[in-house]
Amino acid sequence: MNLSLADVYRIAHLARLEIDAAHAEEVRTKLASIFGLIDELTAVDTTGVAPMAHAQDATLPLREDVVSEVDASDCYQALAPAADDGLYLVPKVLE
Amino acid sequence: MIEASIAELSASLRAKRFSSVELTQAHLARIDALDGTLNAFITVDAGRAIADARAADNAIGKGDGGPLTGIPIAHKDILVTAGMRTTCGSRMLANYISPFDADVVDRLARGGTVLLGKTNMDEFAMGSSSETSYFGPVRNPWHLDYVPGGSSGGSAAAVAARLVAGGTGTDTGGSIRQPAAMSGVCGLKPTYGVCSRYGLVAFASSLDQAGPFARSAEDLALLLNAMAGHDPRDSTSLDRPVEDYARLVREDRGGKPLAGIRIGLPAEYSGAGVDADVAGAIDEALGVLRALGAETVAVALPNVRLAIPVYYVIAPAEASSNLSRFDGVRYGHRAATYADLTDMYAKTRAEGFGAEVKRRILVGTYVLSHGYYDAYYLKAQQVRRLIADDFRAAYEKCDAIAGPTSPTAAFKIGAKSDDPVQMYLNDIFTIAANLTGAPALSIPCGFARSGLPIGLQLQGPAFTEAKLLDVAHRFQQATDWHRRAPTLAENPGSLPPEGAQ
Repeated sequence: MNLSLADVYRIAHLARLEIDAAHAEEVRTKLASIFGLIDELTAVDTTGVAPMAHAQDATLPLREDVVSEVDASDCYQALAPAADDGLYLVPKVLE
Repeated sequence: MIEASIAELSASLRAKRFSSVELTQAHLARIDALDGTLNAFITVDAGRAIADARAADNAIGKGDGGPLTGIPIAHKDILVTAGMRTTCGSRMLANYISPFDADVVDRLARGGTVLLGKTNMDEFAMGSSSETSYFGPVRNPWHLDYVPGGSSGGSAAAVAARLVAGGTGTDTGGSIRQPAAMSGVCGLKPTYGVCSRYGLVAFASSLDQAGPFARSAEDLALLLNAMAGHDPRDSTSLDRPVEDYARLVREDRGGKPLAGIRIGLPAEYSGAGVDADVAGAIDEALGVLRALGAETVAVALPNVRLAIPVYYVIAPAEASSNLSRFDGVRYGHRAATYADLTDMYAKTRAEGFGAEVKRRILVGTYVLSHGYYDAYYLKAQQVRRLIADDFRAAYEKCDAIAGPTSPTAAFKIGAKSDDPVQMYLNDIFTIAANLTGAPALSIPCGFARSGLPIGLQLQGPAFTEAKLLDVAHRFQQATDWHRRAPTLAENPGSLPPEGAQ
């Protein structure tokens, strides 16, 4: 497939990954080689084949709708780069 | 004591020939002497290890010990451990300390094991050489210029170098079996759902499975007995009756213990791409299995060549979704300077992830993006079904499939790190077991001319772990490849410091 630099920047934006302009061409070349490998699939006839999402074709189990965990939010928020008063802090998104 | 198997160590601990504290100190001393070079560990916690060992000695003293009580082990640094940092080999989680234990960590602790530390790995388990870690590459104990395989290369190297008696890994496309083969140890990927994924930092959720490393098939069975079991905290954990994976290993069946076992040999697993040394060692191993009574039969897996392209759609797609949680908000690295929220995400992720992880996130994002889902992800899931159907047909003719774990023995550090596609081709024989969810193991079966080990892979239908372990055990009763140990000079040099990669 033809992967352009514009494609690389578009995907990188979707993935929220900053791409350094000095390395963008190298990223493009390596991604193109990986898509070269993947494109082998296009030649396979899969008409009528059911997609396989899970190895055991298992169904998701259900449980009673009751609280099963204790509140450990302090312990989790202690891991955050910035948290205060029970809130995770991020840059302002609304003026 | 360093050379003994887990089964032998357990017998010695109960007979009080030595204590778990002495055994633990001996392993810690080896880590101290050798790991500056091997770089198999990211974290070693001697204080905790000695405390675990004292508790084990107390239990043994009271007659409470089980088969793993007092045995020194290490966990791959992708299984979270309360109070001991879990980095996934990434700058993103370089200082992350989980508030809870992974289910397999908890089960092995309850089994009485002594945790020495956390082992090095390819970043977020994405790699086949253990070179992409933020904490520097792991070296192969058989030859320090070579990779140990990956992604669980730290655990494989630690078991090979006798730094621990056993350990854990995770296997998404071969990450237990391929490093086991390249480092000359035994490794098992169980059937998907046998070990809980709770606390296993997710890479590709429909493929990830934890499993044991050890120096014998019998030891793998003992470790799996402790690790396996239903866990309601993982929705894909299977609720099955408890199984003793060592039950067949313990049977006494005389001189032809594999009589009645049919070993399938797919034509697709030999020929082009398989190194001559590897092919020779596999042929010899098959001869041993025949001499033990097994019958070999030809089988066909016409779609298995597509396993790599299928995997490189499904695994990156799931990874791109799983790794979206690393955004610098709730845990892990956050960039120091940024313009706004979107810029904070983009800079945090650009700084926190290494090149291979970013590549896989980009591939996954692309194949899941608008207009491409059917062409890539759906197509890959359909071909995944064709591959699973091939195996189902093959297992009508045989009980297990044998072949090389990897097409070559270990390669030199740096040899493939600039060519992702060449690196991916390492996993050509291991990926199918992840796609089909089936169990597979690797055991040592010889050496290449380079002096590096070669692995024999045995695969079987779902839930045949005990049978595969039995075949491997009988092979090990007749050979001594698994008893060979690398010769390691103490402190021949040291690696660059943390973060130098």
